[in-house]
Amino acid sequence: MAQTETVILDQAGITRALTRIAHEILENNKGSKDLVLVGIRTGGDLLATLIRQRIVDIEGEEVPIGAVDITMYRDDLAARGSLPVGKTEIPFALDGKKVVLVDDVLYTGRTIRAAMDALMDFGRPSCIQLSVLIDRGHRELPIRADYIGRNVPTASQEKVEVRFDEKGAPEEVRLIKS
Amino acid sequence: MAFRHKHILGIEPLSAEDIQLILDTADSFKEINSRDIKKVPTLRGKTIINAFFEASTRTRLSFEIAGKRLSADTVNISGSTSSVVKGETLEDTARNIEAMSPDIIVIRHGHSGAPHYLADRVGCSIVNAGDGAHEHPSQALLDLMTIREHKGTLKGLEVAIVGDITHSRVVRSNIYALTRMGANVRLAGPGTMVPPGIERLGNVSVFHDLRDAIQDADVVMMLRIQMERQSKTLLPSLREYARFYGLNPLNLTLAKPDAIVMHPGPMNRGVEISSYVADGPQNVILNQVENGVAVRMALLYLVSGVDSMQDQ
Amino acid sequence: MKKLIIKGGRVIDPAQKMDAVRDILIEDGQIAAIGDAISADDAEVIDATGKLVTPGLIDIHVHLRDPGLEYKEDIVSGSKAAVHGGFTSIACMPNTKPVNDNLTVTEYILNKAALEGFCRVFPIASITKGMKGETLSEMGELKEAGCYALSDDGVPVANAEMMRRAMEYARPFGLVIATHAEHLELVGSGVMNDGPVATELGLKGIPWVAEDAATARDVMLSEFTGCRLHVCHVSTKGSVDIVRQAKKRGVPVTCEATPHHFSLTDDAVRGYNTNAKMNPPLRSDEDRQAVLAGLADGTIDAIATDHAPHHLDEKNVEFNIAMNGVVGLETALPLSLQLVRDGVIDLNRMVELLTCGPANALNLPVGTLEVGSPADVTVIDTDLKWTLTAQELASKSKNTPFDGWELQGTALCTIVDGKIAYKK
Repeated sequence: MAQTETVILDQAGITRALTRIAHEILENNKGSKDLVLVGIRTGGDLLATLIRQRIVDIEGEEVPIGAVDITMYRDDLAARGSLPVGKTEIPFALDGKKVVLVDDVLYTGRTIRAAMDALMDFGRPSCIQLSVLIDRGHRELPIRADYIGRNVPTASQEKVEVRFDEKGAPEEVRLIKS
Repeated sequence: MAFRHKHILGIEPLSAEDIQLILDTADSFKEINSRDIKKVPTLRGKTIINAFFEASTRTRLSFEIAGKRLSADTVNISGSTSSVVKGETLEDTARNIEAMSPDIIVIRHGHSGAPHYLADRVGCSIVNAGDGAHEHPSQALLDLMTIREHKGTLKGLEVAIVGDITHSRVVRSNIYALTRMGANVRLAGPGTMVPPGIERLGNVSVFHDLRDAIQDADVVMMLRIQMERQSKTLLPSLREYARFYGLNPLNLTLAKPDAIVMHPGPMNRGVEISSYVADGPQNVILNQVENGVAVRMALLYLVSGVDSMQDQ
Repeated sequence: MKKLIIKGGRVIDPAQKMDAVRDILIEDGQIAAIGDAISADDAEVIDATGKLVTPGLIDIHVHLRDPGLEYKEDIVSGSKAAVHGGFTSIACMPNTKPVNDNLTVTEYILNKAALEGFCRVFPIASITKGMKGETLSEMGELKEAGCYALSDDGVPVANAEMMRRAMEYARPFGLVIATHAEHLELVGSGVMNDGPVATELGLKGIPWVAEDAATARDVMLSEFTGCRLHVCHVSTKGSVDIVRQAKKRGVPVTCEATPHHFSLTDDAVRGYNTNAKMNPPLRSDEDRQAVLAGLADGTIDAIATDHAPHHLDEKNVEFNIAMNGVVGLETALPLSLQLVRDGVIDLNRMVELLTCGPANALNLPVGTLEVGSPADVTVIDTDLKWTLTAQELASKSKNTPFDGWELQGTALCTIVDGKIAYKK
């Protein structure tokens, strides 16, 4: 069967969504005090950088940013083999921080579960919130996002892909049916 | 790129891409060792047997820590090669271990080829932790990781390895690994300790004068001289060995000013390496040990995923 | 006794320089006639049209492991393997338990072979008692008992004075001293040929000089004492050359080469293949080429297998501790025929290396089809292609490096003493 691709969010849409998310984060947390952003590799870390830039622009204060690679925390080694392990960089203490975990697409929730396990190994945050660009449904774990760029109803055989350019800036989000 | 080696029997079967992947993975794992909670759940539920049929302290410790930091259950067994000869065959020993369903057997053995022997006969992954005078792959990989950290690259480096080449498994693995990654290897040792045909293993030049080998080298790797292992016909004395093949601050000046000094340990201070060098600013010996854990984590992780990929 | 006629084969008997299509009549265990169109009403006829007919093949270097090590091989199974391979005579080495250093063991071997064996067995006794290199064996009595040659085989006489006296003592009895020429101190704890492959595998090497030095010593002692010397399994360029030069000087020396040494190099050890472990070890290709040259130019007198059966348990171990040796009786003929196909030697020379060559090396009273001689005959299909399966060998032991090889040529019928001992 032929593969069809639809752009469900273009660059302008992504930019607007990220700006809104930045505002929501600040509103929800009453400013940027004790706020840290941690992006999930690969994709979430790039989006986290953009959200952080907006927060800094709005508040005029630095917000620490880190990246987590969840490969070591996966529950599917037996099924998928040894995937390449990326670097986890959290160059600050997490104790007492409000951590906003950033990912591109929220699907089964297993990646978020793994990322939360990873964060717990680094310290004891006061809370963890979740920000995603796309929520496509089909959760397999009791996980929900606090900040959502767009809800996209999908079938499980479809794929959602966030495309980035060479510099790591998001270009568009595509829904791929095959 | 996917890793396709179920066993790590040596560096010889690995490609440059494989080595690159192992080193990159080790770089990622290294960070865990500096956390407060030095443990990730990656290999939770896996059982790793460290079967050391030959005495070893640091390699066994390093593999054990590596396994534990990945949440695997690690169990150590040891026995001397000679007791195995007298009693149970290695095959029977291995079958008995296998009956307890380990996922990985890490083996150190005095006989070259023992890990290959096991790999042919058991179903789990075999990781060679040193076999006779054949290979010691994890040591070479941690050496490469250390060199890469300090030099940024491996390509085009001049690496001098000095000592008992004949009986060294570290040398063989390093020749394969360094050559594949584009480094040039220079070997030096007494006439009784350079085996025939060693230059055929890779991009290697052979010297008998230590000074020729370390001239303008980027890396100087000194090997442990093991008087107890060799017959007394190989060397007149340790005193003479230290004079002609020992690394001291004076001859180290022949190497590049930013050359690093390595040693696989344990060191004989005052024999192959002077304490001034071993403790000097150019030594990276403890870096090697540190990287050993990361490299072994990478190896254990990578071989663990291979079976499932082959099933698909 | 039943008569046998072997009809229409190409008969090659280098001892009488015969290479022609002939019929052979066998009567009363002897060659009764060779000629054209022989017929006899009451004879069983073996049609050998298009086949090669030779004197029964002779292997002067076999380990039968009997008495004492029958779990590896015995006189019955070993001689059965021999006739399967086309051999009608084999000489067996004395490293049994007990060592064949006395009349009793020699008689045991001869009696068992006569009663239950499939072919002729010529026991080789030890040079020194217990092969310990300390006291000479009772050579005179051993000669009387039926020994033609003496050897301490795998435990070569290390003491040069002892070897000198052994040769001096053996010479008047007409005994041949067969030497496994290796300088044991140079062998050390080596397990394979010293060279690039040993370096790569991290295995201890046995240098060629270990063999050359020992060969040189024994050849010089033969020259000095005048005693007939036979150098077993030459495997190095140097030892072939030492024998070549000695022969030119008239030293009474002969030598043999094994099929594994002329077919394989130390590359076969790769993968820690214990069935490629033997002593002397498989050598470099340069050495192998020298052995081939020696086979071609007459320096080497015989092809001998050094058939060394070992139990699976002795080979299914780490390379360092595996026993030395491979079985060879059932693969020697096709591997020798390969030399002919490769143009190394011609068919006549090959037959010589497997019949009168080895017979003359140990002065054995066999190896020709001359009328009146014992009727030992081998009928050979030189072209038949087959695949070797180690498990199907007649030998008790299956330790061959040629398992799975595509081979060409085989014995179709092996006749010992006028009786068919094996028929394919």
